[in-house]
Amino acid sequence: MTDVVIAGIGQTTVGEHWHLSLRELAYHAIEAARLDAGGLLPQSLFVGNMLAPNLSGQAHLGVLIADFAGLRGIEAYTVEAAGASGGAALRAGYLAIKSGFVDVVLVVGVEKLTDKVGPEVDTAIATSLDSDYEAVQGMTPLTQGAMLMRRYFHEYGVPQHALAGFPVTAHANGASNPNAMFRKAIKPELYARVGMVCDPLNMFDAAPEADGAAAVLLTRADLLPPDANHTPIRIAGSSVATDTLSLHDRPDPLDFRAARLSVGQACLQAGLAIDQMDFFELCDAYSVYAALTLEAAGFAERGLGWVLAEEGQIGLKGSIPISTMGGLKARGNPIGATGLYQVVEAVQQLRGVAGNNQIPEAKNALIQCLGGPASTAVTHVLTVL
Amino acid sequence: MTDKVSENLLLKPSRPVGIVGYGAYVPRYRLPAKEISRIWTGGTGGVPIQEKSVPGPDEDTTTMSIEAARNALARAGIDPEEIRAVWVGSESHPYAVKPTSTIVAEALGVVPFTQAGDWEFACKAGTEAMVAAMGLVGSDMAKYALAIGMDTAQGRPGDALEYTASAGGAAFLLGPAEESVAVIESTLSYVTDTPDFWRREYQKYPEHGQRFTGEPAYFKHISSAAQSYLDATGTTAEDYQYAVFHQPNSKFPSRVAGQLGFSKEQIATGLLVSVIGNTYSGAAIIGLTAILDVAEPGDRILMVSFGSGAGSDAFGIRVTERLPERRDLAPKTQTYIARRTEIDYATYSRMRGKLVLK
Amino acid sequence: MEIPRHWRLKKQRYALVGEVCPHCDAKIFPPRDVCPECGDEAKTLFEFSGRGEVYSYTTLSNAPAGYQASAPYTVALVKLDEGPMVTAQLTDIGEQDVEIGMPVEMVTRKLRSEGDDDRGMLVYGYKFRPMELQQLAAAAD
Repeated sequence: MTDVVIAGIGQTTVGEHWHLSLRELAYHAIEAARLDAGGLLPQSLFVGNMLAPNLSGQAHLGVLIADFAGLRGIEAYTVEAAGASGGAALRAGYLAIKSGFVDVVLVVGVEKLTDKVGPEVDTAIATSLDSDYEAVQGMTPLTQGAMLMRRYFHEYGVPQHALAGFPVTAHANGASNPNAMFRKAIKPELYARVGMVCDPLNMFDAAPEADGAAAVLLTRADLLPPDANHTPIRIAGSSVATDTLSLHDRPDPLDFRAARLSVGQACLQAGLAIDQMDFFELCDAYSVYAALTLEAAGFAERGLGWVLAEEGQIGLKGSIPISTMGGLKARGNPIGATGLYQVVEAVQQLRGVAGNNQIPEAKNALIQCLGGPASTAVTHVLTVL
Repeated sequence: MTDKVSENLLLKPSRPVGIVGYGAYVPRYRLPAKEISRIWTGGTGGVPIQEKSVPGPDEDTTTMSIEAARNALARAGIDPEEIRAVWVGSESHPYAVKPTSTIVAEALGVVPFTQAGDWEFACKAGTEAMVAAMGLVGSDMAKYALAIGMDTAQGRPGDALEYTASAGGAAFLLGPAEESVAVIESTLSYVTDTPDFWRREYQKYPEHGQRFTGEPAYFKHISSAAQSYLDATGTTAEDYQYAVFHQPNSKFPSRVAGQLGFSKEQIATGLLVSVIGNTYSGAAIIGLTAILDVAEPGDRILMVSFGSGAGSDAFGIRVTERLPERRDLAPKTQTYIARRTEIDYATYSRMRGKLVLK
Repeated sequence: MEIPRHWRLKKQRYALVGEVCPHCDAKIFPPRDVCPECGDEAKTLFEFSGRGEVYSYTTLSNAPAGYQASAPYTVALVKLDEGPMVTAQLTDIGEQDVEIGMPVEMVTRKLRSEGDDDRGMLVYGYKFRPMELQQLAAAAD
């Protein structure tokens, strides 16, 4: 079978890019990725995005971005799966190469949240929920995170502030990521002091949504330019799984079933066990999601994901480092672009160019982005070719 | 027409009609009159009642009507699809155009084969709906009709009415007397053009004639309706165990009761104004629900409503042996009154939309 | 204006009307026409009692557009007595602390005004409140 490889990566900083439009953000990431790929010309463009129709009044992003990026004429369209849009777009690109129909694919994740300000932004983000039965009650993703966190503490008797390790680790790692939104470490004592956003979820338990774009170029191994000067990275496993859209339809809301299924499938395809993974870029949109994901993926027993954080196992030197470049929490969460940021960061690790955050001799990466509370889970396994 | 009294003034159904189920509703928030006085008179001067009920921010005449009607249906134990009229009397319908009653009917599962309409006659819209429902059932046009009186009353900040304008009301499922917890023996209405209180279209708060609302309006109409009813039915105050009169404050109903020969004891059970305020379209009828919560088979009740503009409906009601077994099937009026959260004037202002937000 | 989509859902919203599976008797809310338990067709209407208990909850002050007027408000996952779980606001909480496991009952309330002002259609729907009236009635007896 054909190996799908990542030939180039690009990203913008995550933050409030008041002066940049959606198309410009996307273009900056694309330009960087194409430069990195050494001149490969894409035939298809897949765009990961969730909010443009709502917040920028813009659909039809495929042609918008292809045209703006000087790629007029190529196949191009959007892939949407809320917070998992970026991972789903990567999956579409992966399938295109794998099928043999396309030689070079450009995948870009882009999210522009700051075209609007005010409560309409929260409303737009809440479109990832069931509009008729969740959002109509004034629910937002934040409230889902808070309710799962409360239930998690209730069901497992988890001590107060047990999740502090997640944001503390994320911020420690984000401090040395030049593209991160927050580049400042935080102390656990501060976690215990900050204000509640949505009780029991505090300010540090929720990742900030912000603008950003990240892009990758995919191709077959045999098409890599002979003068390519970085380690080729292979997509060894790729899987998308879904659960119920609404939390209320799940028999056990603390079981991130889709996260579990897609990790299982991606690892099976890659022929790797989870203990062979050198790190795990997961969705820490809310700290409890990180704990639930670690449990679903099999790194911890049910109800004990938080212990990995408490014991420092999720740090760069731990048994299963997560959020190595800051995660959603410190790098920032550009919703539909997040899955691509994770890929770009994982490639940096596997290439050995992650700077201060480098995990020594990282060979195998597990990456997963979530739409909603693991309503959609997209998992990829990346390995050094 | 003069105040001529004869039996043909009585409105009496050709087939006996009664209350098959009844239900009350009072929202949980209370604003003490002293708190209003603190804001507007520096706490000096007397206050007309102890405290008034205030609807929560997500409540209105529609939602409150739904709950009262659910209580009525719980006590009635009938299939809602057998109801042929849902009539809501109020002066605070959430829409100027679009019925409250269709929403209530839909929520109760009464739709689609039903009459639905909103009634308006200041504070007696609810009893207007009851008389109409008596007609529908009493003429054998329908087996059951639902009549509701409910309000989220508005009082201009600082106005005398702000002390009392409150929220609440009651619902009555009327049907054949033989299924009833109480039979409505007859009713009588007394109406004239008396502009004591009004609210013009598009205005948020009502205007009132101050002391003119007393003698020529409230007292004239209630006492005329009540006395005419007593005369027409050949009864006196002593024939009734309970009486309830429209209660805009504590003083008026007590005085009119005395004038008609009713004792303090007879009106005590239905006199709720001091602890919930004036619920306008709900005022007389919520008093009736409190009476039904405790009355015994055979007890007779006189109820007289009053609506500005102006008119009164008097009803003679007799409790049947079915009441004791049905009244525990839904929350009692005093239970709603006991459910209480006191708020301050700032919270009240926010909850009632008195803060300018845009 | 979103009139049609709210209008379409009025039965579910006003009175918690869901479905019951004629094959395995599972109670279904929101209605989905296919039984989540046995996979067979389930279109028989079923009106829920409206009673349940709080599975989890939180209080939101940073409300999305259209909900600021009621902020801060408490939302919850409510496990209905008949089995299904629903997402809903809690209302009339009063002084008591909300707790996981707290018994609640359905009430029909205003969810929002469509169009976010005094001109739009009022959207009514289910919320839940503590089973306080029953406690008060028991205390009075």
